[in-house]
Amino acid sequence: MSYLTGEKLTGGYGGPDIIRECTVSVDQGEIVVVVGPNGAGKSTAMKALLGMLDLREGRVLLDGQDISALSPQQRVAKGMAFVPQNQNVFVTMTVEENLEMGAYLRRDDITETMEQVFELFPVLKTKRRQIAGELSGGQRQQVAVGRALMTKPTVLMLDEPTAGVSPIVMDELFDRIIEIKRTGIAILMVEQNARQALNIADRGFVLVTGENRFTDTGEALLANEEVRKSFLGG
Amino acid sequence: MSNNRRAVISFSIMALMIAIVGFGQSWNVALAIVNLCLISAVMSMGLNMQWGFAGLFNAGVMASTAIGGLTALLISYAPVSKAWSVGGTSLFAALISLLLTIVAGVLVWKKTAKGKKRSWRMTAVVLTGYLFMRFFYEQGTAAIEAVDPAKTGFLGGMGLPIILSWFAGGLAAAGLAWLIGRIALGLRSDYFAIATLGISEIMISILKNEDWLSRGVKNVTGLKRPVPYEVDLQQAEWFIKLVHWFYGTAEDGKSLSANVMHEAMQLSAGVFVKLCYSALFLAVVLIILGLATRALNSPWGRMMRAIRDNETAAAAMGKDVTSRHRQVFIIGSAVIGISGAMLTTLDGQFTPGSYIPLRFTFLIWVMVIIGGSGNNLGAIIGAFITWFVWIEAEPSALWLVSHINVFLDESNPLRQHLREVAPHMRMVLMGLILVLVLRFRPKGILPEEAPDRY
Amino acid sequence: MEYSTDLLNALVLISNYVLIPAISYGSQLALGAVGVTLVFGILRFANFAHGEMMAFGCMATIFITWWFQSMGISSGVFPTALLALPFAILITALLAVAIDRSIFSFYRIHKSRPVTFVVASVGVMFMLNGLVRILIGTDEIIFRDGQKFLIKAGVFKKMTGLSEGLALKQTQVLTFVLAVIAVLALFWFLQRTRTGKAMRAFSDNEDLALLSGINPERVVLVTWIIAASLATLAGVLYGLDKSFKPMVYFHLLLPIFAAAIVGGIGQPLGAILGGYIVAFSEITATYAFKKFIKYLAPGDFVPDGLAQLLTTEYKFAVSFFILVLVLLVRPTGILRGRVL
Repeated sequence: MSYLTGEKLTGGYGGPDIIRECTVSVDQGEIVVVVGPNGAGKSTAMKALLGMLDLREGRVLLDGQDISALSPQQRVAKGMAFVPQNQNVFVTMTVEENLEMGAYLRRDDITETMEQVFELFPVLKTKRRQIAGELSGGQRQQVAVGRALMTKPTVLMLDEPTAGVSPIVMDELFDRIIEIKRTGIAILMVEQNARQALNIADRGFVLVTGENRFTDTGEALLANEEVRKSFLGG
Repeated sequence: MSNNRRAVISFSIMALMIAIVGFGQSWNVALAIVNLCLISAVMSMGLNMQWGFAGLFNAGVMASTAIGGLTALLISYAPVSKAWSVGGTSLFAALISLLLTIVAGVLVWKKTAKGKKRSWRMTAVVLTGYLFMRFFYEQGTAAIEAVDPAKTGFLGGMGLPIILSWFAGGLAAAGLAWLIGRIALGLRSDYFAIATLGISEIMISILKNEDWLSRGVKNVTGLKRPVPYEVDLQQAEWFIKLVHWFYGTAEDGKSLSANVMHEAMQLSAGVFVKLCYSALFLAVVLIILGLATRALNSPWGRMMRAIRDNETAAAAMGKDVTSRHRQVFIIGSAVIGISGAMLTTLDGQFTPGSYIPLRFTFLIWVMVIIGGSGNNLGAIIGAFITWFVWIEAEPSALWLVSHINVFLDESNPLRQHLREVAPHMRMVLMGLILVLVLRFRPKGILPEEAPDRY
Repeated sequence: MEYSTDLLNALVLISNYVLIPAISYGSQLALGAVGVTLVFGILRFANFAHGEMMAFGCMATIFITWWFQSMGISSGVFPTALLALPFAILITALLAVAIDRSIFSFYRIHKSRPVTFVVASVGVMFMLNGLVRILIGTDEIIFRDGQKFLIKAGVFKKMTGLSEGLALKQTQVLTFVLAVIAVLALFWFLQRTRTGKAMRAFSDNEDLALLSGINPERVVLVTWIIAASLATLAGVLYGLDKSFKPMVYFHLLLPIFAAAIVGGIGQPLGAILGGYIVAFSEITATYAFKKFIKYLAPGDFVPDGLAQLLTTEYKFAVSFFILVLVLLVRPTGILRGRVL
């Protein structure tokens, strides 16, 4: 049993089911990537893990405990952190305030965690008093990831963190994500840039029309002829 | 329960309530309520087009009502020829200056390239134009307002039958709505609401202060009625016969004493006049109801609702949302304008000071919400209920207070205070009803019918 | 020499009739607009009941003031109303929270459209409107006591030898000082405290705020308390400065909305700026500059008319004109607020 597991998740946003019997799991110290064509339900699967949609069937287990009935906020309190794809920073607040808001639930001293985030993303330290809305796209993503890390999560979930950033920034961001993994956090990521993402992934899930199609290690998926042809563009 | 049955039941209850007032208080009161209910029904049908069909939050209903009322005055009042002769030319000159300024402004705007030069020239044109206009305007209005200020002091109207103003009032309100739409449509709902609220306040300021046009707060009274006067009726032979016949059969042929007969005469004359109004108003309500129902169920109505329910999707499908909104805003305002003219006709006087947003904008909102947004019959029943409560809340509150007062000493200042403030109970009651309906019956008494039924 | 006296006279004149009144009126509008903009930012609707909330707050203050006066409590040269203010704020805040719990929270849970909130606020407006009139009646009430003037026109004339007098009412200074204190306290709260930052975060990005574990109900609660406090303060200062009339507060709604939109929705600093802009424009546009021009113009030139852009009855037009101008030219407002 993995650290975080979504078992046979079935559900949608009130209308028809978007994901069907979809299973996704991630362990601590591991990067798991969910890939698939547009509309495959990748982001939906992730939101299901966070409790942001109505599940008709299936359950979510965190560290062996069934958390299916908890609200997103309660799951965040349990150590799950989520970086949405869009609008993932407080654009009118400074970088430092963004990080503080990430740590809103914590009552202890957060300076150490903030230092760790600044170590991970040194550029944020120099811009800590700047308004997040004025930063570049890549820097904003760093703020977003940093904000999520402020809760000292055990699971970090990223919804297309590299959408709309340049390839150089993407590589840089992936490097940082690997660094985060080394601290023992479980990382679950939905990605459009499937090839690059699978490169750094320990395991990958390929979703098609809301169902699991392939599940294997990142390497194996990259080597898989069928996966390559259908989803990685040859 | 189907909507039809619910409509029958609600209108029956309403009729019963009015009958109770008729037997309990007096038929004059009951009919006065009915007449204002009918006018309110026209107002709420107009607002229902804007809000219920199209989702426009118009917080300036009062502007349409007021311009309708002004039109009634301008159509029916006899022209004050002396005022025209002393001030007409100056006002005309002011109007010409205004038009010339606009033309010059547009020319400068089009001929000069964007930049500082254009700004300077525009400022110069506008300033010069304003000074000229102001000069003629002040000259003209001063002269007009000096003409027999105790009686007239304004230009008067056209001296036509007041009933014409019901059409003209609609047109005037439509024109105003076109202007408002140019400024405010395209804004999102909250902004639109605030902008229309502002326009209606300005409209009332104009009516209160432009004495040459509306006599301002000095009011205009004695507008000619479209129906007979009570005094004339009491002299008319056919009416006297009618009353005799009515009471004769009712009282089983026994003749009545002169005193009782005199009272009956007065009562009957009042009731008769009110019935005439009721017939006229009812005709308007039915015509507008018929047209509105047809419009709602036509492709046009379906498109409106589609835009209301999802503006983005409708725009993506190539619907010109703003121009559709303008259309429905103008039509709805015209209907409200008609009701404004009707109200002034019924009152027989034009009193700018009586226009307050709570009564002429937000009360109409309560009517539409209670009745059922998007349902024309709902708007009518909403108007009836709301107006009935609005009127009857005061006597009820007074009655209540008089019973509370049993426990209070005659000299107790609280007693006096309670009697004074009892009328304000209706504000609280209205708010309470609105909030309760919104919470427990958000679709109103008669909900909008599902479009797939058509 | 003579011209410089004229210049001074003109300056005094404009201070007396434009600058000082505009600063105190602007402060009152600003306090109201901050409340509106906070509710806008956090709850995302235009609260039509805000004017009536100001009336309610002022009414509560008047009752407590009367009670204090009947017990012989006063604050010397200052109006007794200042002593009553904290209690009135408490009552109004409780009322605002009660209204939220009983009316608005339902629509929040059901995620209703913003316009439903606006309609509900119209219902609240009716109720508060009636409630205030039932409790205190409709008459004009002057509840100012203590010292009225800091500088009297006559004394000023004698002191300076100028022909124009400068009158400075205590309430005008009080208005400005209290407004500054309230605004500073508010900014300290929003910028420095955990709850204040949570409010800003919530206003900025509701979903992300929820993901960060910010409790929306708490944020809403605090928002109502602040909005009600500022509304009470604004209502009382307006009432002290002029007089208390229940009906005027509804008409303050338009300039207050205009101020909030001009400054940028959801931007407290913008709302303050907007308040002063609206107040200055309103008073400048309706002031008769005849005497002012007479002092400044060379020779014996006297303007023919009153040299007044608009008569005072058209002051609504000024708020409206500013509002429309901003919506057309810069819909986000001066400080780039949210576009609804």
